[in-house]
Amino acid sequence: MRRPADFQAREPGRTTYLDGVRAAAPIGVAALAFGVSFGVLARAADMGSVAPVVMSVTTFAGSAQFAVASILGAGGGLVTAIVAAVLLNLRYGPIGLSAATTLEGPWWRRALTAQLIVDESWAIAQRDDGRLDRHLLVGAGLLLFVSWTTGTVIGTFAGDLVADPESLGLDAAFPALFLALLWSQARERSRLLAALGGATIALVLMPFTGPGIPIVAASLACLIGVRKPS
Amino acid sequence: MSAVWISVIVVGLATMAIKAAGPLLLARRTPPPRAQAALEHLAPALLAALVVTQALGGDNGGFTVDARLAGLAAGAAALLLRAPLLVVITAAAVTAALVRVVS
Repeated sequence: MRRPADFQAREPGRTTYLDGVRAAAPIGVAALAFGVSFGVLARAADMGSVAPVVMSVTTFAGSAQFAVASILGAGGGLVTAIVAAVLLNLRYGPIGLSAATTLEGPWWRRALTAQLIVDESWAIAQRDDGRLDRHLLVGAGLLLFVSWTTGTVIGTFAGDLVADPESLGLDAAFPALFLALLWSQARERSRLLAALGGATIALVLMPFTGPGIPIVAASLACLIGVRKPS
Repeated sequence: MSAVWISVIVVGLATMAIKAAGPLLLARRTPPPRAQAALEHLAPALLAALVVTQALGGDNGGFTVDARLAGLAAGAAALLLRAPLLVVITAAAVTAALVRVVS
């Protein structure tokens, strides 16, 4: 099976930041729409108009931000909101590890570039050999950052004007994106096994743990890749 | 300080630290071959978990079967037909939207 997307036909190392921007454009539309709905939800939860935008710039992780806004909005406690958000973002531990060897430069630059890692930019930057393409990661990350933050600003100030992203089916765009990128990764048998292992772990844990934990635990399936040294 | 600002600052700092941890810990070190092999299998494991949780996850944990699953099936069909990424994502969104209109 060949890779699903046009941009991925390029040689590794031959990509540019602009390729990352282009690759992320379709999912950027969905990120913009969900940014708007985060802004609307945050305003309804009495978070004001500045705090949600600051949160989109600094946290830049949709699910955790939605969790904080909905918990605070429902009158839940501060600690509950913070714990839920941090659990949801724990997956960026293993995701960051998988990106570690891709990032270059002094420590502050690696730490700064790492902030552009979100599920979608990380997924788009996947190469067939299991490593990441830094240009795609940064280009996609920047576009998603702008989309998400712009959406949040629109949502907090003019949210009533915009349609609900779920009525447009945009929530289904995200699993489809991840499936498309998994598709080209799982050609090799051991990677297919790692994918099946990760999916199984997530499915088994989902009914029992809060959101966030199943993804972190699924990263253990990467141990399938460790075989006897040849 | 209000609960809103405390949560924004604490969650922001924690998320930035979590994202930066891997790249800072593994700085300039080439991991041993076995660890490298495991790292190269992190992506498919995590991508598969993201597919499952994004397609089936409920708001408060557990499963919710809704139009997202139909959208994902349409996306998978587009992948089988070797459609480009834009078509895959659009097929998923349009299908989920149509299912919501009908149901």
